[in-house]
Amino acid sequence: MNTLTNPNKLRGFERHIKVDNVSRRSILKGLGLAGGFVLAAPVMSRPGFAAYQTGADKMPHGTVVDPRVFVSIASDGTVTIVAHRAEMGTGVRTSLPMIVAEEMEADWSRVRVQQAPGDEVKFGNQDTDGSRSTRHYLMPMRQIGASARTMLEAAAAKRWGVPATEVKAVNHEVIHSASGRRIGFGELAADAAKQSVPSVEGLKLKDPKDFRYLGKGQIGIVDLRDITVGTARYGADVRLPGMKYAVIARPPVTGGKVVSFDGAEAMKVSGVEKVIEVKGWPWPSKFQPLGGVAVIARNTGAAIKGRDALKIVWDDGPNSKYESVAYRAELEGAARKPGLVVRKEGDVETALKGADKVIVGEYYVPHHAHVSMEPPVAVADVKGDKAEIWAPVQSAGGTREDVAKTLGIPQENVTVNVTLLGGGFGRKSKCDFALEAALLSKELGAPVQVQWTREDDVRNGFLHTVSVERIEAGLDKNGKVTAWRHRSVAPSIASTFAAGAVHQAPFELGMGLVDMPFEIANVQCENPEAAARTRIGWFRSVSNIPRAFAVQSMVGELAHATGRDQKTMLLELIGSPRILKLDSVKDLWNYGEPYDSYPIDTARLRKVVELVADKGGWGRSVPKGHGLGIAAHRSFVSYIATMVEVAFDNGKLTVPRVDTAIDCGAYVNPERIQAQMEGAVIMGLSFAKHGEITFKDGKVQQGNFDDFPVLRIDESPAVTNVYIVPPGPDTPPSGVGEPGVPPVAPALINAIFAATGKRIRALPIGKQLEA
Amino acid sequence: MIKLKINGQERNWDGDPDLPLLWFLRDEAGLTGTKYGCGQALCGACTVIVDKQAVRACITSVSDVVGREVTTIEGLHPTGDHPVQKAWRQLNVPQCGYCQVGQIMQAAALLIENPKPTHDQIREAMAGNICRCGTYQRIANAVHLASTGV
Repeated sequence: MNTLTNPNKLRGFERHIKVDNVSRRSILKGLGLAGGFVLAAPVMSRPGFAAYQTGADKMPHGTVVDPRVFVSIASDGTVTIVAHRAEMGTGVRTSLPMIVAEEMEADWSRVRVQQAPGDEVKFGNQDTDGSRSTRHYLMPMRQIGASARTMLEAAAAKRWGVPATEVKAVNHEVIHSASGRRIGFGELAADAAKQSVPSVEGLKLKDPKDFRYLGKGQIGIVDLRDITVGTARYGADVRLPGMKYAVIARPPVTGGKVVSFDGAEAMKVSGVEKVIEVKGWPWPSKFQPLGGVAVIARNTGAAIKGRDALKIVWDDGPNSKYESVAYRAELEGAARKPGLVVRKEGDVETALKGADKVIVGEYYVPHHAHVSMEPPVAVADVKGDKAEIWAPVQSAGGTREDVAKTLGIPQENVTVNVTLLGGGFGRKSKCDFALEAALLSKELGAPVQVQWTREDDVRNGFLHTVSVERIEAGLDKNGKVTAWRHRSVAPSIASTFAAGAVHQAPFELGMGLVDMPFEIANVQCENPEAAARTRIGWFRSVSNIPRAFAVQSMVGELAHATGRDQKTMLLELIGSPRILKLDSVKDLWNYGEPYDSYPIDTARLRKVVELVADKGGWGRSVPKGHGLGIAAHRSFVSYIATMVEVAFDNGKLTVPRVDTAIDCGAYVNPERIQAQMEGAVIMGLSFAKHGEITFKDGKVQQGNFDDFPVLRIDESPAVTNVYIVPPGPDTPPSGVGEPGVPPVAPALINAIFAATGKRIRALPIGKQLEA
Repeated sequence: MIKLKINGQERNWDGDPDLPLLWFLRDEAGLTGTKYGCGQALCGACTVIVDKQAVRACITSVSDVVGREVTTIEGLHPTGDHPVQKAWRQLNVPQCGYCQVGQIMQAAALLIENPKPTHDQIREAMAGNICRCGTYQRIANAVHLASTGV
């Protein structure tokens, strides 16, 4: 069965999927242009491959490689594998258990996946963020599976009185081929559990040529049926006996608080049971609740209606003057003056002065809201000094810690059950909504569900930062870029954790600023100061969004200025295949990975550019009113290039086709990689075309999908093709969830320029093309 | 007392007649398959079928559906094997999955009205349903697949 599709049925419709087994050498030839999906070499071509190091063990609580924690086998043969990371749509609840099943020779149809509660001591790090799950857990999950297999084999050998080397686990049973005996996993379960856990060093991993699941992409996600019949359980779907429903009116300005409130009218609403104040923490307050007034009711509809009837007097606090137009001017002013130097090679000042021509681009990317389809929601049941939480949180362990601290109870007394997440995108890395539910349940002495409305989500979230990126590029008389100065000004996520943080943190600087990969003699990156006036948080791909937009737009501008083709310009700037040495950068952020295993390798960046250009037909002639744009960006230690075709029909922008190539190293589930890339294209187009959160008098001016529109199906590309670069023999796995997003907007903007000659430097495009 | 018919079953409601159907379904009737996304008929996550037509349950009051047949995802097909559901599974459409029930109900309603929609008709009919994960390409393909036989 091929769950990807039956391509024949869709032929001529809009997408062609090609799953081929071709050798690595032939990967760039022999596949037709329409081949939307490259799947070639197996994951890791050497048996026992473990040549790379990751940053997994530097994460809080590191990794746990213990089959007794992750695998259990019932006497009927059902294998239960624990998923300890949160599922928000990336497919991780399928992919990680699949790795274990692969190595232990379990039959996937007899595998159940069980979601782990928050317990990082037991399961290792659970913070599902930073596109880290496969990257950090491919090898540990293989080892867990191999351990389980070894224990099953040892149990069978013991039972039969033969050497363990003579038996072999194959597809849910252990076989002794010399005697023809075979025994199922279920029958062996009790004996296998008594075996000692083998040392990791002595484990024999499967030869990748024997893989049944890894790298194949033929398995549907584990929650597929539940999702399509409506039984998949998200945070909002948890129902407990006696559970109350709550919504909260939160301060409209970050740092504001309740002065007084009158709940009398709210109490008159049918179904409303109680109105109470919720404790808030002074800004900046990390993930602690903002506080406000909660309306408790017998259903959410009544709670919302009750909230509408509340009368609240707010103290708006220190951010009541936040205003987006003025703030943008402030950032632009800062970008035009020198700032903290965070990377320096050569002498950029002199090189710019001596340049034949200097091209300046100043790019603006506004605040953006996550608007996952499931707004934040959580259920809590606090009884005495014990708390149980059900919530769609990205970080189960972090939530457990924060609930314990907030309630003043020991962590051991807190159970965090992770439901499916109806989208995360970084918003649900912050567990404020679970803390609100815990505080309310404690006060009410009953289980309570706190539901955020869409307006709450848009107005009280942790927004993507707002930034001005100013790039000055100096050209010599041959059109070669000899100087590059990039100033990035944006309030930092650090401001959510500590007052007075005005510089971006190393992890933000490392996302497309100081790691800029171009081969230019004189480079200087600067970070002028910016103070946050609202809560800033991670948004899928984070600072890479404004950086890739600026840097890759500038490539388009330089191509135009020098009369070069965009792709030629891009490859010329990337320069020779080499490993970047960024000696001048202090605390270089490499997504938490050791640089030796995950260096910035321009050969890999070049390769995705060439692959997407080849497959997407770069340079092909397009109809009048159409244009092609290209952009490439490394983030989350993966390399992506995206090519966008735009068309203008009576002035209306449409996107007939997008091609994306990803090199994410060794991979597990190419079908989900393809899905992530398809989705990243939509998200990239969405913020490029529409997304903008603005402030006036300290308040967010948008509230719902009418004034904060996101991309809909009728604006989506007619075709999105995804190409996956097969990994080299020693290429470790890298990120997938986030890195597809950054190149989309600049590729679109470059395509718009090609079609219209109009250069967009501020997102969103909005009405800029209508003038 | 308001009498409702949901998935062929009688339900009674003696509370606020203006309560949005969405919250009645989810919080009072225990039918949590229908999702909340925006509360203003902007995203389609709460789509149910009322008398063969796709309706946004978040702006439809309980009293609006008196005397009508309400079908939610739980009642779309007795074994969960409506052609749209099967097509969705065949193409592995969902990512996070939260919006997918609304998408499926919208698609099922479309196929009642227009059993063989064109590509453009699919995009037009599905444009009221937002998927933030961006599964649109597969949604369009799945509706097409459902319309041509799974």
